[in-house]
Amino acid sequence: MAEKEMDLQKKKSAAVEKAERTREGKAFLPHTDIIETRDDMVLLADMPGTDQKSIDISLKEDVLTIQAQVKERTFEGVNLVYSEYEVGDFVRSFSISDTIDREKIEASYKNGVLRLRLPKIEPAKPKTISVKVG
Amino acid sequence: MLYRNFFGVDPWREMDQIQREMNRLFETMPRTGTRTFPPINIWTNADEAVVTAELPGLSSKDINISATADSLTIEGSKNPEELKAEETYHRQERLYGSFKRTVALPFMVDADKVDAHFDNGNLTIRLPRAAADKPKHIDIKVS
Repeated sequence: MAEKEMDLQKKKSAAVEKAERTREGKAFLPHTDIIETRDDMVLLADMPGTDQKSIDISLKEDVLTIQAQVKERTFEGVNLVYSEYEVGDFVRSFSISDTIDREKIEASYKNGVLRLRLPKIEPAKPKTISVKVG
Repeated sequence: MLYRNFFGVDPWREMDQIQREMNRLFETMPRTGTRTFPPINIWTNADEAVVTAELPGLSSKDINISATADSLTIEGSKNPEELKAEETYHRQERLYGSFKRTVALPFMVDADKVDAHFDNGNLTIRLPRAAADKPKHIDIKVS
């Protein structure tokens, strides 16, 4: 099995490059899995270090934007001597198709992962059509 | 930049070309790969070391931490979502699988007093320095 080299460093959020954010500090892209089930789309975003109050999800026209504010982690009295990862806010946008029922989007946050459930509207669900004889 | 084409010849073109080739060369070199997961940050002062790592998607029972006097081992595994019959992945960026990482500590620690917290995907491990390892102040006597 070939070893896939995965980039562990966080990628800087593209949103930041287009226009500066009002808050100071870096913004990163959260690693996201997107799964399609029969009835909905599920989006799982890795966003450790934030909490339910600091996550902002907004849907404007066709663009779903996830933003999370992460508090800088500092510990009293100790100095950072070795760093392999950076800590910063998370920002990522996705374009959402018309087949999503915008009124029923649900979000939950547990163990550092944001789970968004985007239910499909009725016509988009696959329906099996039985063929009658006659 | 305004005067680049002053003589009709762009003297910086060669430099741009060399820059691009150097970038291409460095891109193909391997970066920190899956051998050192998870990425950690280490903070220290004279009395303790604090090691932090980000492990979103895991719960505290999925992670095993063990410490000896001079090293710390973090291991665990993260399973991908169980997909039922009609489900498919459109995009998969999150890492999964089992990992084990051993970190050499900057000084000897008291393995009995190591403290670990896991909160919202952030793992924080506090390792107090072993008393025997603390540097002892030596008085200089005037004779």
